[in-house]
This record gives sequence, C-alpha cells and structure tokens, in this order.
Amino acid sequence: MSVVLVGISHHQAPVELRERAALDPERARDLARRLAGERGEAVCLSTCNRTELYLAEDSPDEAERKAEAALLALEEELGPSLYRLRDEAAALHLFRVAAGLDSMVPGEGEILGQVRGAHHLGATGPILDRLFRDALHAGRKARTETAIGESPASVSSAAAALAEQVFGELGGRSVLVVGAGEAGELAIKSLAARGAAIAFVANRTPERAQELTRRYGGTPLSLDRVAENLEHVDVVLSSTSSPDWMLSRAEVERTLHARRGRPLFLIDLAVPRDLDPAIHELDGCYLYDIDDLEAVVAETLAGRRREAERAEAIVDAEAERFREWQASLDVVPAIASLRARAEEIRTAELDRAKLSGAERRAAESVTAAVLNKLLHLPTIRMKQAAAAADGVIYADAVRHLFGLEDDR
Amino acid sequence: MAEFLFWPALLAYGEAAVAYFGEARQPGRAGWAATWGVRIGWLVQTALLGVQAARADGFPWSTWGGSLNLFVWLVVGAYLIWGCRPRYRLLGLAVLPLAVVLFALARIGGGTGTEGQSHYSNLFLVLHVGLVLAAFAGFTLAAGLSALYLWQERRLKRHERSILRVRAPALAKLDDVVARTIAFALPALTLGIAVGIVRLEDRGGGYDALMAVTVLTWAVYAGYLALRHFVGWRGRRAAYLVLAGFVLVVVVRLALPVTHFAA
Repeated sequence: MSVVLVGISHHQAPVELRERAALDPERARDLARRLAGERGEAVCLSTCNRTELYLAEDSPDEAERKAEAALLALEEELGPSLYRLRDEAAALHLFRVAAGLDSMVPGEGEILGQVRGAHHLGATGPILDRLFRDALHAGRKARTETAIGESPASVSSAAAALAEQVFGELGGRSVLVVGAGEAGELAIKSLAARGAAIAFVANRTPERAQELTRRYGGTPLSLDRVAENLEHVDVVLSSTSSPDWMLSRAEVERTLHARRGRPLFLIDLAVPRDLDPAIHELDGCYLYDIDDLEAVVAETLAGRRREAERAEAIVDAEAERFREWQASLDVVPAIASLRARAEEIRTAELDRAKLSGAERRAAESVTAAVLNKLLHLPTIRMKQAAAAADGVIYADAVRHLFGLEDDR
Repeated sequence: MAEFLFWPALLAYGEAAVAYFGEARQPGRAGWAATWGVRIGWLVQTALLGVQAARADGFPWSTWGGSLNLFVWLVVGAYLIWGCRPRYRLLGLAVLPLAVVLFALARIGGGTGTEGQSHYSNLFLVLHVGLVLAAFAGFTLAAGLSALYLWQERRLKRHERSILRVRAPALAKLDDVVARTIAFALPALTLGIAVGIVRLEDRGGGYDALMAVTVLTWAVYAGYLALRHFVGWRGRRAAYLVLAGFVLVVVVRLALPVTHFAA
C-alpha cells in the first residue's frame, strides 16, 4: 500500500484560493470517507493555511487522481497550486507540518491540534493511523526537545510574556485597559489566558467598554478616571486612537508613593502613542510601545528559526522510522505464511506421533521452542532487508524456497 | 582522604562554572551539565567536611582557610535551593566562579586538610562561626540574586530584544526571594554576634574593627528589611543596598585572618 498526498498550502496558494478549498470538520470527515471507499484509507487536513488529502491505497496513481479530482471539485483554479507527494516524501511532509516546521510562524502550536482533529475525523486503517500517530509523536517531540514553540510569535503574546518577566506568574495581577480596540482585545486575551484579571476598561464610548467588561470582567471607566486608578493595577494596556497622551509622566509619578515600590508594566499598542515615553524613566515603571514589542517578536522568531534546524533533525529521524515500518510491511505476509506453514507441519507431525497426554505436552513445548529459534533470525533479517529496500526480493525468495507461492 | 576529595569537588565546581557560561550563550544541555556539576561538587565537598570533622581534634574550620571551606559549602548549599530551577541557572554565573576561587583559596590557606587543631571550644565555634558563616552565605546568595535583578531590570529598561530568548527570573520574584533570604540570614547573624559578645564578656578582651564592621553589616541588612517593610523599598534601590551590605561581608571575610585568626 502506498501513501499519497495531494494538497495546497500558503506556500503556493494565496488566501483567496485557500479559503475556497477550506473545509469545516463535517465536510472534511465526509470527504475522507468518500475518498476512502470500502478498502482504502483517507484523511483530510484542512486549516487556514492548507488543505491536504492523505490517501493510502494499493494503486498510488489512482489515489492521486481521486484526490486531485476532489480538490479541483472544490475550486477549479487550484490546479497550478497543487502539490503531490508519495510515501516517504508524504510522510516527511506530514511530520514537518505537525512539528510546525511548514507553518507561517515556525513552531506555532495550533497545528498539532488540527492534525489530531484530522486524524480523529479521518477514515483511517493501519497505514494512515500509524502515519498520523507517528506525526503527532514527532510534533510533540520537536516541541519538547527544542525551544521552537516557546517564544511568543505575536505582539499581543509578547506583551503578556514581558509582563511575566516583570511579575512572574500573572495570576492575581490586575490590568487597566485604556481603549477597547481590536489590537487591545488580542492583548487582553493573551493577558487573561495567563491568569491576569481585567480590573478596569476605560473607553471613549461606554458601550464598548461595557461589552468588554461583560466578556473579560472588570469595571467600565471613563477616560478621565484612568490616572486615579493607576494605584490599584499592575499592568496598563493602552490602544486608543487619541492624538494626545492618555497618561503623562507626572500622572504616573504621583501614584508611585502609594504603590509602595510595586512595579508597573505599561503596554502602548497605539499609533500615535498613548503613553508618555518618559514614564519608562521612572523607577519600577516599564513601558513598551509597538516598536519595542515588534523588535522582541522579530528576535524570538529568529530564535524559532534557529530551533527549527534542530527540530528538522528530529522530524527526519521520526520519518525514517516510519519509512522502515512501512517497508517492513512488504515482508509481513511472507513472514506470516512461513510461520503458518511451519506451525502446520509441526502440528501434523505431532498428531502422527500418537503421543500420550504428558508426552504430547512435552513434545509441543520442545518443538515450539525449536521452531521459534529457527525462524527468529530469518524474520529479523527479512525485516532488516525490507528497511534497506530489498524486502520484496527476500520475500519472493522465501516464498520460493518454502513453497509458499499459493499463500500470496 | 581529604586531599583525595578536594580535587574532584573543585573539578565539579569548575565544570559547573564553565557550563554556566555555556548555558548563558545557548540554553540547553550546558544548564543540565552545570546543575549536575554543582550537585556532585557539593556532595563531594560534604564528604570532605565529614572526613575533616571525623579526624579533627576539635572544631576543624576555625582557621581562615577552614572557615572559607565551610563558607563555600554553605553558599553552594544555599544556592542549590533555587539554582537548579531553569530560570535561576543564570545565578550560577555569579555563584560558581566565586565558589571555585574561594575553594581554591581555602586550600591555599590550609583549610581543606585534616591536620589543623583548634584553640577554642567546640560549642562556641559551632555556634559563633557556624551561625555567622551561614548568615554570610545567605547574604552572598542575596547579593547574587540582587545582581541578577539589576541585570534583568537593565534589560527591561533597555528594551533588549533577546529578553524572551535568554530568560531570567521575574523581577518581582527575585525581589521577593532576596528579601526572604535576608530574613533567614539576619537572625543567624544576630545570634552569631550575640554568642561572640557573650564569650567576649565571659573571657574578657577588647572589641576590634572587625566586630564594628560586622555590626555595621547587620545594621545594613536590618535597615534593608525595615525599609522594605515600612517604606515599601523595593526594586533597584533595594538591590543596590543589598550589594552594599555584601561589600561589608567581603571586608569582614578579608579581615578575618588579620584579626580573629591572627593568634
């Protein structure tokens, strides 16, 4: 059985094409079942960056044709963007995908869950089940043995990670949000995901502030009450479209005495900036604007790319293991036939001997041990030969030598 | 036997010190090697101290070299409490090179052998020397943590791009650990000084400059805890105060052979 992959990804297809080939879980499951038919195997992996069909069939050409037709049925213009891979190459590709090495942001964590979901919804048999389980293992291993997924890859997650550099765990830390725009909301999500509590949301329009407090907690504030509440919070997150400072150095300085040395971390995502840069000069105050955060993200992405080289080696080794396993399947029927024939002869000879109960048990034990010892080395050697691509030749030789041709 | 144990301990501390530099450049395997170097070195030094204690006639660390040997053991032991955690590994950059140098000095000063004899009673020395050295070990660790705080704070103030790549403990956590370390070390110093004064009163004798500096050291760390508790002193200023206290600790350690061990 061969593994065939046909798909599109962000490397060749723009988002306008990808979105037309994207499948929700239900459609992905139906397509996989339709492609698998009665005897085949199929998995459909559809994310915002890729739609890929994995098939395992006896005829790779036929499988490739079916997969191509299925994708072109979703969108005719996909043709030039399609890529086709088989066996080792297809497996290595999936392993790289699961490890996040084929993602836009190297090491991003979401893909592992998406591969798991695709495996769960797929019509899998022995080949694709093993392929996807090994891919998930390779993805996890790449993440645990390298730092590819550790550093934040977006401005909002970098802001939260920097807050952790000041406070440690963010559980119990309170956040004052100034401006309730989209960029600010992403940062709120990152902070809240790490345990920070949203204490206040100040916005020009009270309705939007109330909407955010309903979702994330906290108390709505008017913008003119921001400074007076600084004393009670640990993090200030600002992202308004105001042309003026929302907080000046003098306003922050006035609260320092009441803060009794507690640090204050300020995130300014606005352009033009909301927070007076001179705040950063104050003892215990750390202000990061959008440029500072983007510089940190650029550095962490560079670090991820360096780690990606180590992750590639891990993925290569795992893909090689899968290749060896898949190759060993060539000799499995021959090994099974050989063992069945040997067992058949052993049982027949024991029956002919007409032994008593105790004699029969002793003879069974001895002959079974002899058989196992005799067949152990040929079994190992055939599997090794299969891994070295000579498996079919060895299997044919065994069938010929032991007269197993009829068992094929 | 003691001689036989000194070199492996020094070698393990040396390996750990080098590995910590490697960890700072490229986090990963070097950190693991450093942590095990510290653990093994400390265990071997513990065995060395055990051999010294078994063979000595009286308190074996009453010489300048001997007290330095005990001091290194206490500092590394205190470091092991936090130092094995990945984020605190960078603290090893400050502690282990210092431990290697002081351990080598302890040997040069004759503090790692078994031939020394004490002129003082065991109980007095165990209490006085043990408590003062334990306190100084705590202050040394606090100074290392404060140096790490200042380094991390400077990175945040400079908006260093690598801040999330080479991660150090959080500022608030470091500040808290420094205060807790001093809160443990100061009572030990207080008791150690008290035992020394009681003996001085009992046997007679004059006060010297070293005692004055030791009391000044006590005042600096007591002031640190008081300012932190009552005035809310935290962060950079508090870290500088801890380092100032450590300068006094170094002065006391250097002055020991001139005063206490001169006889």
